[in-house]
Amino acid sequence: MARVTTGITSSHIPALGAAIQTGKSRDDYWGPVFGGYDSIKEWIAKEENMPDVVVLVYNDHASAFDMNCIPTFAIGCGEVFKPADEGWGPRPVPDVIGHPDLAWHIAQSLILDDFDMCIFNQMDVDHGCTIPLSMMFGEPEEWPCKVIPLPVNVVCYPPPSGARCFALGDSIKAAVESFPEDLNVHVWGTGGMSHQLQGPRAGLINKEFDLNFIDQLINDPETLSKMPHIDYLREAGSEGIELVMWLIMRGALGDKVKELYNFYHIPASNTALGALILQPEETAGEALNPKRVLSGHSLEAAE
Amino acid sequence: MTEKKKERINIHEYLAQFDDIPGTRVFTAQRARKGYWLNQFAMSLMKEENRERFKADEKAYLDEWDLTDAAKQAVLDRDYNAMIDEGGNVYYLSKLFSTDGKSFQFAAGSMTGMTQEEYAEMMIKGGRSPEGVRSIKEGR
Ligand SMILES: [Fe+2]
Repeated sequence: MARVTTGITSSHIPALGAAIQTGKSRDDYWGPVFGGYDSIKEWIAKEENMPDVVVLVYNDHASAFDMNCIPTFAIGCGEVFKPADEGWGPRPVPDVIGHPDLAWHIAQSLILDDFDMCIFNQMDVDHGCTIPLSMMFGEPEEWPCKVIPLPVNVVCYPPPSGARCFALGDSIKAAVESFPEDLNVHVWGTGGMSHQLQGPRAGLINKEFDLNFIDQLINDPETLSKMPHIDYLREAGSEGIELVMWLIMRGALGDKVKELYNFYHIPASNTALGALILQPEETAGEALNPKRVLSGHSLEAAE
Repeated sequence: MTEKKKERINIHEYLAQFDDIPGTRVFTAQRARKGYWLNQFAMSLMKEENRERFKADEKAYLDEWDLTDAAKQAVLDRDYNAMIDEGGNVYYLSKLFSTDGKSFQFAAGSMTGMTQEEYAEMMIKGGRSPEGVRSIKEGR
């Protein structure tokens, strides 16, 4: 049987891709960010941790979907997804290879479980999907696993509620567990953490909110899932709403989880960056050492 | 029916809250409708041939779209706040600043009234504090 063994969260800031492309990933500015991912990279490269398939939850940033079609929850069931041209040419990364059998199985299961999914076969994937892959796997010729893209609308209001995202994660878990093939499946929730990219309030970062969010995501996701959109907007900035997608990851891991790794950094460009590895408690492996890493301005004491 | 009645969100209250956040325009359906063609214009810049045509004659390219004069002027001026007032959304507009070879940090900084250097410095120092910019009414 397939199992959801691991949940990973990661920011998906496009500037990370630019830093890789321009060879700046180890300079003074970006070094601590990429340094924080080094232990994730090492961990995931081990055979026992390497996923067969990642269900990669992200938001399309007006790339595959424009104003013409705005699916709340979509799932990519195709064989292959090309990196999108977001205005500066496609990111020079491998094509994302899907897993149509599992994707269609999940899509059908979710619909039967009352999630009315939008099914996509041809879809270009933007930085939301490909940056986390680059951060976890570096710059290989081909991605080392299959990926099922699961875009969520968090651009045009209203996005789905936290509770709905949390419940979707639970249904994804059930769907994966009813797939007959023996597969190690990860669910990744991407985006966030606090950031605002528009208007006079641009540049907002809220460390206290972010660290609480991580803590509650691990220990009390049910309560966290009830937080209304307005609180994300006020506290985490207009683009911080992406964090609802982390609840999909969390919902797919069951009641109790073990924290294997917890990284938080301020700033990556406009954004506070967070990356976690979590596993269901019953089947969890060893935590990484060190388990918690704070870097950049996040180390400063609160005023 | 013995089932508990579903708790529903009041849509009017839900939307009204969004006007209470300082310096922020939430991309509601109303803004999405207003900015439909501005955002679709920006999306067209995902194709290299369109970027070339746009760069060769911005005004002529903009005239091909059903845009208000204010929206056209905002694009020509690269005034991102004005584009958002016209219903633009930053993820759509990113295709425009990417065409210009500019980053999200550049575009975000340009909307704050700070210089690029001041904005970058603020980010390195931990970003803008949420203190005082959470709610207009409550002044917190
Ligand atoms: Fe994003």
